[in-house]
Amino acid sequence: MWKRFRSNMGAMIGVVMLVAVIVIALIAPLLFPDGPWQMVQRPFLAPFAVDGLPLGTDTLGRNVAAQLAYGAQVSLLVGLVSTLVALLIGVPLGALAGFYGGYADEGAMRFTEFFQTIPNFALAIVLVAIFEPTLFSITLAIAIVSWPPVARLVRAEVMSVRAREFVDAARLAGLSKPRILIQQVLPNTVSPIIVMASLMVATAILLESSLSFLGLGDPNAMSWGYMIGAARTVIRTSWWLSFFPGIAIVITVLALNLIGEGLNDAFNPHLSRKGKA
Amino acid sequence: MTIFAVIVSRLSKAILTLLAIAILNFFLIHAAPGDPAVVLAGEAGAADEQMIEQLRERFGLDQPMYVQLGKYVAGIVQLDLGYSFRQGAPVVDLIADRLPATLLLTLTAFVVSLALGIAFGVAAAARVGKPSDTALTTMALLFYATPLYWLALMAVLVFSVWFGWLPGFGYETVGANYTGLERVLDIGRHLILPAMTLGLFFTAVYMRMARASMLEVSQLDFVKTAKAKGLSDAVIRRRHILRNAILPVVTLAGLQAGQLVGGAVLTETVFAWPGIGRLMFESLAARDYNTILGVFLVSAAMVILFNIVTDIVYRIVDPRIGARS
Repeated sequence: MWKRFRSNMGAMIGVVMLVAVIVIALIAPLLFPDGPWQMVQRPFLAPFAVDGLPLGTDTLGRNVAAQLAYGAQVSLLVGLVSTLVALLIGVPLGALAGFYGGYADEGAMRFTEFFQTIPNFALAIVLVAIFEPTLFSITLAIAIVSWPPVARLVRAEVMSVRAREFVDAARLAGLSKPRILIQQVLPNTVSPIIVMASLMVATAILLESSLSFLGLGDPNAMSWGYMIGAARTVIRTSWWLSFFPGIAIVITVLALNLIGEGLNDAFNPHLSRKGKA
Repeated sequence: MTIFAVIVSRLSKAILTLLAIAILNFFLIHAAPGDPAVVLAGEAGAADEQMIEQLRERFGLDQPMYVQLGKYVAGIVQLDLGYSFRQGAPVVDLIADRLPATLLLTLTAFVVSLALGIAFGVAAAARVGKPSDTALTTMALLFYATPLYWLALMAVLVFSVWFGWLPGFGYETVGANYTGLERVLDIGRHLILPAMTLGLFFTAVYMRMARASMLEVSQLDFVKTAKAKGLSDAVIRRRHILRNAILPVVTLAGLQAGQLVGGAVLTETVFAWPGIGRLMFESLAARDYNTILGVFLVSAAMVILFNIVTDIVYRIVDPRIGARS
């Protein structure tokens, strides 16, 4: 499996880009000990205009490079945690629905369908607006709008695994139903969940940046979306202020998508690259 | 099921969903930090003591929860989405004013991106593995990773600020007072950039779907039969594969309508396009919760209606769907 993943050039490019972003996020406090909010020079400095400020300064004279580095922390953190929370909601719900069937399934799927019908970005906006923008509310809102596909995927996987012979064998061996579900069925659904999760982190990063672009970011956390939103009104004179954070988002999201597709191909060799876009 | 029965069942389900969203809205207002009356009045102090007292009475905020819920839902059923104290108008009127612009933008973006997405996807599938396929797939991957609002800003910068080709702001030229065809053309020029940037992301999505679907269908047995009959590749692709591959793409595209509406909030914000998305953005800064929740409900209704329409259209286009269920 790893061999297949390593031989996939797109996926390896993704890994390199993602590792770079992670490293920058981790060493941000070492590179820029003053933090992203400190005024360092006069405002609206163009890139490379002054030594030590390769990306210039923003509308308040803050170092854009430092903002980008600290923004990486927020993007990665929110993306990762919200995906974990979405998995915590979606996996149990989908597993119970798929394993027990009947009314449990019916109820769980109606619930899931309801959340899928609601325009998810609009719901995220409403949630964050009502509960005040904090990293906590943003992460939770993204998780709440992201779990339905997980539940559907896990349900479908569990239903297909449940019908296999080794599950019958486990039942004959006298294992209880919950034990069969947790020890025998769920481990066999892990690989599609991993693929979906890596793509979900990418979507969550886009969602977070869109929310902070609209002014729904945590006021205490520097984020890429906030930078673009703040630079929107000065785009005519200082284009670089919105340009660089956008590139940072594209790189991170692209990296995660490439990795997700690489994992998908590695887990499902028989589908090969041909059948998958 | 006949088409009529389908419409009835879908509509009743839609009404249930909207009721559930109304109930969700109610609980959100109550879950918000602070006094619900103050929340409803707009937190930034738009209302005085007297107004808040009135609100309390009107929504029965001193009564048990279920009475309040009943009053709230009854109001929504009568199309009363509350009053925006910030804008000094009923929310329904605000939304009704802005809805046409959003419909124009989202429908244009949907049609354009679906057409382009299918065309590119089919083209890429026909050249699978060749450089042109790789180029198209890479482009799709790139646009798929690009934040919509950032793309919109960059489009304004390049096409409006630098080249000055297209207007990057608003719905029509202010003060020009165009009428008739001139006005239509003016709006059309203003529509190009917003519709294109909103559409590009979805073009990428639909292209990936169309390509995958074409490749999947081309593996099926009836394609081998057609080949064995001696039909040319182009004919097989057009008559046999395309027709079967397109339907799932259109179905999935219909299901994505919700995302299109979400994207409209961002696009309208960047281009100052006077739709309900822009209305939502303006209400965010003002903490005008009535309007935010109203737009939320209406956008959900739009998505549901859109799904019903696409569903019915497929049943007419492809009789197999009706036969299966």
